[in-house]
Amino acid sequence: MILMKDVYKTYSNGVTALSGINVDIKQGEFVYIVGPSGAGKSTFIKLMYREEKPSSGTILINDMNLAELKNRQIPLLRRKIGVVFQDFKLLPKLTIYENIAYALEVIEEPQANIRKRVMDVLEEVGLKNKARSIPSELSGGEQQRVSIARAIVNRPQIVIADEPTGNLDPDTSWEIMKTFEDINSNGTTIIMATHSKEIVNTMKKRVIAIESSMIVRDEDQGEYGYEI
Amino acid sequence: MKFRTLMRHIRVGCRNIIRNGWMTIASIGAVTTTLILVSVFLALVLNLNEIAKNIENDVEIKTLVELGTSEEEVIALGKQLEEIDGVEAVTFSSNDEELQGLIDSMGEEGETWELFEQDNPLNHAFVVRAEVPQDTEKIAKEIQSFDNINKVVFGKDVVKQLFEFNNYARVIGIALIVALVFTAIFLISNTIKITIIARSTEIGIMKLVGATNGFIRWPFFIEGLLLGVLGSFIPIAIVLGGYYYLDSAVIDTISFSFVELLPFNPFAWQLSLLVLAIGAIIGVWGSVMSIRKYLKV
Ligand SMILES: Nc1ncnc2c1ncn2[C@@H]1O[C@H](COP(=O)(O)OP(=O)(O)OP(=O)(O)O)[C@@H](O)[C@H]1O
Ligand SMILES: [Mg+2]
Repeated sequence: MILMKDVYKTYSNGVTALSGINVDIKQGEFVYIVGPSGAGKSTFIKLMYREEKPSSGTILINDMNLAELKNRQIPLLRRKIGVVFQDFKLLPKLTIYENIAYALEVIEEPQANIRKRVMDVLEEVGLKNKARSIPSELSGGEQQRVSIARAIVNRPQIVIADEPTGNLDPDTSWEIMKTFEDINSNGTTIIMATHSKEIVNTMKKRVIAIESSMIVRDEDQGEYGYEI
Repeated sequence: MKFRTLMRHIRVGCRNIIRNGWMTIASIGAVTTTLILVSVFLALVLNLNEIAKNIENDVEIKTLVELGTSEEEVIALGKQLEEIDGVEAVTFSSNDEELQGLIDSMGEEGETWELFEQDNPLNHAFVVRAEVPQDTEKIAKEIQSFDNINKVVFGKDVVKQLFEFNNYARVIGIALIVALVFTAIFLISNTIKITIIARSTEIGIMKLVGATNGFIRWPFFIEGLLLGVLGSFIPIAIVLGGYYYLDSAVIDTISFSFVELLPFNPFAWQLSLLVLAIGAIIGVWGSVMSIRKYLKV
């Protein structure tokens, strides 16, 4: 499903963010990426949605080799995976409805389907009454749920998230984690970089730890393993 | 692209125009101002062109025959004129015909000239037309040396000056038009740029969700097109209204025989269409340019 073989990533400034990465993630898994700041977690995430290209090695996502992916094929990849970020990345001028609908418009869904799907996911994340608001009128937790709704609206098999609870207070973080768990229980693979010891230790999922650009630990039902 | 996606782009383009409010009005204002100036210049240059062309095609040498020349001599002169190298046609106009022409061209005032009908003071005339307009001067000189010639007239200076003026006007006009168009494009792309301060972030987000460059660009294309078309409405109204006024009212009072404007129909319509097209190009170009930079990477 997701396969990385001998992946290296060196940025143009000479910083090596990932070296010798080998991972195999099966459909339906929930994986945490943990590690100290600057270890290479975000880089790992960026490689998966082809924000960055590996310097060497192979990355297979559903049989697409990202190392050989052409620029014009990137949109096709991104339509198959949902992405969620710490800063939500919502379009500020569009309503909540329009933000979510955007992900369906790019795949040229008919209007009627778009309406139905968007209302369904808004229901799922509990924000049906906010459809007409714009992002700045929502709390951080609500905005994050909108971005999750957008990530899953076209039913991707994979959702990747880079510190999705990084900007949220503990209670809100737990709500967000609950939403991710629901999505995962429907069979969607979830890969999440996080600094939250509490969440990782409570949820008991697979944990991949990256330190200084290398994978140092990869365990099922792992622990966070760092003091904060 | 599916039809519904095209409709989606049109919808989003219109929506952006409405949501951008004042910026939209500023952009339309920039297009409008430019197009008004452009259309005035175009009308001027094209008409001058036409006038010059008319005169060029219309350079005739009027040869007045000395009073008291006998009929045979007049006929002989006619033959002589026809035999000059480079002459296309020679038309005879008797003094009576000349007088009638004068009376007709004077309108009301002409009536006083009717008194002369009994005792015509005018000369017989030959109208000589050169095959090539440039030969006019040479032929006129040659005619001057013939016998029984009273006067040889042709619009040498008028023609020369008009040609020269027209060339200047054309160069200056076109330079101004180009400068104006680029200013407008610049203004529009700037206004549109301002409408989204963090445009690069927004485009990044769109790409994150799987939008292709084309998908991102289309609404901007539509928005620019609409800005251009909306901006051309007032200039087109001015072209149609102004030209209609010029064509009907002003021309009557000027009444130079050689000044004949391009006819309102189809010229004013063609000019309007051209203004619309230029507006659309300015709008689209300005708008697509404003996001071009962010679509790379
Ligand atoms: N675009 C870039 N250009 C150059 N170097 C980069 C770039 N992005 C990241 N790096 C470097 O690569 C290394 C790994 O960065 P990365 O963002 O992957 O770390 P991280 O594990 O996500 O850290 P954090 O927990 O603070 O988010 C760091 O040394 C960073 O400075
Ligand atoms: Mg990071």
